[in-house]
Amino acid sequence: MSNEILVFCEFEGGAPRKTALELLQRAVALGAGPVSALVIGNADSSALGANGAHKVYQVSAPALASYSTGAYTKAFAAALAASGAGTLIASASSIARDALPRLAARLGAGLGVECTELRNAGGRIVGRRPVYAGKALVDVNIQSPVAIFTLRPNSYPVGPAPGGSASVVLVDAGITEADVDVKVVGTLAPDSTAVDLTEAERIVSGGRSLKSKEQFDAVVRPLAAALGATAGASRAAVDAGYAGHGEQVGQTGKVVNPSLYIALGISGAIQHLAGMRTSRVIVAVNKDPEAPIFQFATYGIVGDLFEVAPMLQAELARG
Amino acid sequence: MKIGVCLKQVPATDTRIRINADATAILTDDVKFEINPYDEYALEEALRLKQAGKATEVITFTVGGADAEARIRDGLARGADRAVRIDDPALAGSDGLGLARVLAAALKAEGVGLVFAGRQSVDGDSSTVPAMIAELMGASQVSWVDKFEVEGDAFTAQRAAGGGMREVVTGKLPVVASCDKGLNTPRYATLPGILKAKSKKIGVMSVAELGVDAGSVGAGAALVTFTNMGPPPERPAGRILSGDTASAVSELVRLLRDEAKVI
Ligand SMILES: Cc1cc2nc3c(=O)[nH]c(=O)nc-3n(C[C@H](O)[C@H](O)[C@H](O)COP(=O)(O)OP(=O)(O)OC[C@H]3O[C@@H](n4cnc5c(N)ncnc54)[C@H](O)[C@@H]3O)c2cc1C
Ligand SMILES: Nc1ncnc2c1ncn2[C@@H]1O[C@H](COP(=O)(O)O)[C@@H](O)[C@H]1O
Repeated sequence: MSNEILVFCEFEGGAPRKTALELLQRAVALGAGPVSALVIGNADSSALGANGAHKVYQVSAPALASYSTGAYTKAFAAALAASGAGTLIASASSIARDALPRLAARLGAGLGVECTELRNAGGRIVGRRPVYAGKALVDVNIQSPVAIFTLRPNSYPVGPAPGGSASVVLVDAGITEADVDVKVVGTLAPDSTAVDLTEAERIVSGGRSLKSKEQFDAVVRPLAAALGATAGASRAAVDAGYAGHGEQVGQTGKVVNPSLYIALGISGAIQHLAGMRTSRVIVAVNKDPEAPIFQFATYGIVGDLFEVAPMLQAELARG
Repeated sequence: MKIGVCLKQVPATDTRIRINADATAILTDDVKFEINPYDEYALEEALRLKQAGKATEVITFTVGGADAEARIRDGLARGADRAVRIDDPALAGSDGLGLARVLAAALKAEGVGLVFAGRQSVDGDSSTVPAMIAELMGASQVSWVDKFEVEGDAFTAQRAAGGGMREVVTGKLPVVASCDKGLNTPRYATLPGILKAKSKKIGVMSVAELGVDAGSVGAGAALVTFTNMGPPPERPAGRILSGDTASAVSELVRLLRDEAKVI
């Protein structure tokens, strides 16, 4: 195994996702070895060189047009073998969460998931990640010749592309339709056009205090839209049917890592904090000055959310 | 068809964490344990399929010590038919792959056609064991499902995909499905269920009985180790914006723009 770091780069709408650039730039900053990119599918990978990849390993086949565990796991394994890279890093995306544990079991490779930090410890890459819903952090050390890490989105800022170019190595993984074990037969559009919560830069969440789906839709969503934010919710709000299951933030919902998290009428139960405590800036609006959320808030307003949220929206509109 | 359910006990989600002296794990002496919340969805889904006549038996599988039996009994009281508990000194210090090795061996030995596990354990929050089990069993897998149907030897499921999209997927049994919130509403044990559970069987298996090489599990075989466990960094003290609502709101917007630079 070489000290090369292979970075799995996901694409959306023909362009690399922001998480791919975040990973590439972080991998370069580690200074632990040459950085190459892995592209699965036939996307145009030319933008990756400018973000630090010196080589792009590209695995494409008709059977990779949509995601399947079987075909993708095979693609990952083939790219690792072709590159000889000792480290594979990926964003903690739905693809990585599904395929990489299977890959790790196949290769006997150590897997460190959900890291929020990757550092270079004398040439060896060590991860650091939250456990116990963020109540503790721990270093993740991998002993095997091939190490695999996933990094949570928004763990590192994305800077301007440093420039450069990459040569493309086509990897023939021999993937056919027979490798598509579990087939995607339909895609359901998301409830809204907003960015996926786990990757969102800004989130506005509402709690039980919204009292109805109608009020959640009338207060939380418009404020989120005004901020270019994604709407989230506490479990109490989800269980009461004010918001969708996919919108729950917390230990048994989504773990989010935005730069701005606004909690409207959310008490700040430990299971809710588990999902959002790493947000860079937390704003709490709550009428109870003793609400635990204020202990975690960067800025707090003690007041009635039905008064504060519309006012905030109007103030933002004023520009 | 037999359905296997992976059932783990975890510290209750409101547990306060105390870290051990060598900073590798938490102290568990006075921790209250619960069934991992996601495993409750897994068990519920299995019980519903049995009620719908699609399964003959629901068996839970746990890697854990005797102290896990109270949670296993809870699973039996909710309606599981029997339980397998895997316990062996050789397992101490196993990583996810080590756990998956013995779980896969036990599931295979029972000949289960369908396995439900939780999306993640809420202690380590890893979400890796189910896919590892699937690979080691030679079964297919589907992660984080919130809708699941089975017809003959085929299944259809829904799961979250990237970019907030949702996917409908199909495949063939055997499959390991990891279960997410939204799949169902777990039942609680009833009094008759609790009484019935007393006579249900919890079979205890060692690594050797499962035909697993003791050298492939436990601390010695762990590829991943945790060190340096510590509390998360303190957040700097926050600021309550005082004054009437209107001035607090305009101050907030100013701070978000000029100080925090997040809008
Ligand atoms: C196993 C387990 C897993 C869990 N997982 C999660 C999870 O993933 N996510 C999650 O969120 N929770 C989770 N919970 C639930 C959690 O413990 C809390 O019950 C939940 O977060 C409370 O939601 P809430 O803050 O909306 O409601 P409450 O705790 O009822 O708080 C409502 C808040 O709104 C304030 N308020 C009321 N009216 C107004 C108003 N007009 N203006 C301003 N403020 C107002 C009140 O002062 C109060 O602070 C879990 C619990 C368990 C046991
Ligand atoms: N020790 C264990 N015993 C039984 N099932 C387990 C065990 N560890 C993990 N699992 C199963 O795997 C799921 C995901 O766990 P993890 O990969 O640890 O996050 C859990 O929800 C359980 O269903």
